[in-house]
Amino acid sequence: MTEAVQNVALPQIKVENLNLWYGEKQALNNISMHIPKNSVTALIGPSGCGKSTFIRCFNRMNDLIKNCRVEGKISIEGKDIYGTGVDVVDLRKRVGMVFQKPNPFPMSIYDNIAYGPRIHGITKKDLDGVVEGALRSAAIWDETSDRLKSPALSLSGGQQQRLCIARTLAVKPEIILFDEPCSALDPISTSRIEELIINLKKDYTIVIVTHNMQQAARISDYTGFFLMGELIEFGQTRQIFQNPMEQSTEDYITGRFG
Amino acid sequence: MLNRKYKEKTIESVLFSVSALTVVILFLICLFLFRDGLLLFKDTSLLDFLTGKFWYPTSVNRQFGLLPLFFGSLLVTAGAILFAVPLGIASAIYISEIAHPKVADFLKPFIEILAGIPSVVFGFFGLVVLVPVVRTAFNLPTGQTALTGSIMLGIMALPTIITISEDAISSVPSTLKQGSLALGATRWQTIYKVIIPAALSGISAAVMLGIGRAIGETMTVMMVTGNTAIIPSFPGGILDPVRTMTATIALEMGEVPQGSTHFHALFAVGSVLFIITFLINLIADSIKKRYRFKVD
Amino acid sequence: MGLNARTSEKIAFALLRLATLMVAGFVLFILAYIVYNGYSVISIEFLTEMPRRMMTQGGIYPAIVGTLTLILGSMVVALPMGILAAIYLNEYAGETRTTWLIEMAINNLAGTPSVVFGLFGLALFVKYFGFGPSILSASLTLSLLIIPVIIRSSQEALITVPKEYRESSLALGISKWQTIRHVVLPAAIPGIVTGSILSIGRVAGETAPILLTGAAYYLPRLPDSIYSQFMALPYHLFVLATAGTNIAQTRPLQYGTALVLLMIVLGLNLIAVLIRRHYRQKLKI
Repeated sequence: MTEAVQNVALPQIKVENLNLWYGEKQALNNISMHIPKNSVTALIGPSGCGKSTFIRCFNRMNDLIKNCRVEGKISIEGKDIYGTGVDVVDLRKRVGMVFQKPNPFPMSIYDNIAYGPRIHGITKKDLDGVVEGALRSAAIWDETSDRLKSPALSLSGGQQQRLCIARTLAVKPEIILFDEPCSALDPISTSRIEELIINLKKDYTIVIVTHNMQQAARISDYTGFFLMGELIEFGQTRQIFQNPMEQSTEDYITGRFG
Repeated sequence: MLNRKYKEKTIESVLFSVSALTVVILFLICLFLFRDGLLLFKDTSLLDFLTGKFWYPTSVNRQFGLLPLFFGSLLVTAGAILFAVPLGIASAIYISEIAHPKVADFLKPFIEILAGIPSVVFGFFGLVVLVPVVRTAFNLPTGQTALTGSIMLGIMALPTIITISEDAISSVPSTLKQGSLALGATRWQTIYKVIIPAALSGISAAVMLGIGRAIGETMTVMMVTGNTAIIPSFPGGILDPVRTMTATIALEMGEVPQGSTHFHALFAVGSVLFIITFLINLIADSIKKRYRFKVD
Repeated sequence: MGLNARTSEKIAFALLRLATLMVAGFVLFILAYIVYNGYSVISIEFLTEMPRRMMTQGGIYPAIVGTLTLILGSMVVALPMGILAAIYLNEYAGETRTTWLIEMAINNLAGTPSVVFGLFGLALFVKYFGFGPSILSASLTLSLLIIPVIIRSSQEALITVPKEYRESSLALGISKWQTIRHVVLPAAIPGIVTGSILSIGRVAGETAPILLTGAAYYLPRLPDSIYSQFMALPYHLFVLATAGTNIAQTRPLQYGTALVLLMIVLGLNLIAVLIRRHYRQKLKI
């Protein structure tokens, strides 16, 4: 563990000895990591290395997969999310997620954003404000304010992804997980989302899985390198990219495999 | 929060109970059919019922022999299948492999109209159109024969056979097809040497379900087969009137006093019919499972 | 001497085309025949009058009302049951023995002959529950007959809803049931509606089950309660075409009844096809 991470007084997410199996196959091997508040943490590594599986532990999306078994501990603000009595639905309210492919619901732009707050019991008169706030925070208000009633699927791919971010923000999470959010987007849309992520850091803790190393270098404060289900190295992004401690990290970053 | 968890659990239990009702219904069908059916054996032995050659439910010397009805159903169904299987599979091949996609898109729903036509309309059509044709063509005293029933049932089984075979043929991976064509085989050679063998289990399931459809059909056979309960001779009997198990139940149930031996005999016939279709379904199911597995 | 490959392909394709044309020809001929012979019989009077003189004259009004009542009665039971069961099987059920048993039961119910359902309805509803031969008994019997159909078509509709919709709703901290209610079901509704309409057609056309559970031979008045017997189009056609002494005389009425029945059933099929097409196009945008 590097100095920088240890210096953080109160890690918001604390992963301790996390192991995960799909049936007989072990997909994550003894992973520990501390993620500080209001930071961007990037997880990199070749495909199939377990980084997406890992991020899906934070909001327990892996619960949906049959035969998936988790051991170890993940605490958020000191509370083990795999402990007894934890309500997964409440957990997912606090830990939002943006997926690889933009996946708005087949509803209007407005209803996509209002979907979560409505079910969580926001009153009708507050709803307009919540929707506008979320769209503004996701930097898509200007493009959508005059067409809130049109179908979300009529937006471009990049706009749809920002809409999905707004949809997540509308539920007011503390942590947002991004699972390769730009892999289906063009470079311009990608840079808009990267900008957005950097801005969101003020109010949220962000964990992002990416296969794009430049992206990790550009936007993250901390970087973790995964290989075959193990966390090889974790530390400040600058240090990982300029002075990696492990040979395999250096090989990956310099493009020798992956 | 506890409240919501409780609500979620309750909803799941309700949904589960509703699904489980299907099992209950199946069980109740067995129970009620067999309960009334078994009462027949107070008067007639099981052996006499299963091997009896005469169905004389109302004469003084009444007899409840299943064989004439069983062979009636068998003959009509066999005829229907002989007629519908080649025709159905040929159409399925044509639609999925040969026809222009636009033509196929039109033909598929058009043929499925057959599945929507009520059986009583088929029966009526058979009665006014096919019965006179059969009578004149074979110079018979009546056109209400097993053959007439077979043709009508065959037409009715066609959509089942075509739709499911077409499904099986379309799900043969195109790599297999291309491999064969690349070796210089003609399209027809590819169809009968590669595609048909690969789709065979799906096609067999289609045939089984077609048989199930034909053997359980009631109104059509009742209207066009003449309903004479005599064991048909084979193969000449195809031009004689016959009586199927289904038609017997529908024809006679209206006239029997409830709780009489005759009433129970009809339930016994219904039980046999249920067991036969149950087995056919199980076979079709297991064939289909194997073919799904293969495709995966 | 074998035929060369090209020639045998030509012959084979010609035969396959001929077979398909034959099948399509059956459809066309049956439809055309009924329409051609039936259309002149159909009039407002035919549709709205009681049958008279032992059904040799008059209309088919009570049979139309009877059939519509059966449709309504059986859908009230079968629709919620079928959809709820489909939701359970598609969204909740794991690969357990119980699930296998339920799937097996549905397949077998779907393949059970309608006359067997008739016998069952007679034993359970008419006799055991004492509903007598009635609209109630017949509707319940028909609903059992179409529950497997509705389950299967609803399951198909639910399967086509993308997994991503469920995932992204759950990720927003929405519970499973809320996700199903607000995202999955709305997306599956067109498919569910289509399947249900097709099963209505089935209810309208079934004869054997109602023959055993309450359809009346001749009843020139409307049913006054769910415990009344009733007339229905398919049974009316059967009776006119096969029983009585005036079969030849009532032939026009038979054609007319067959055409009305056919129009109801095929009309429903057409509506189902149009709904499906409408939503497919809407999804394409």
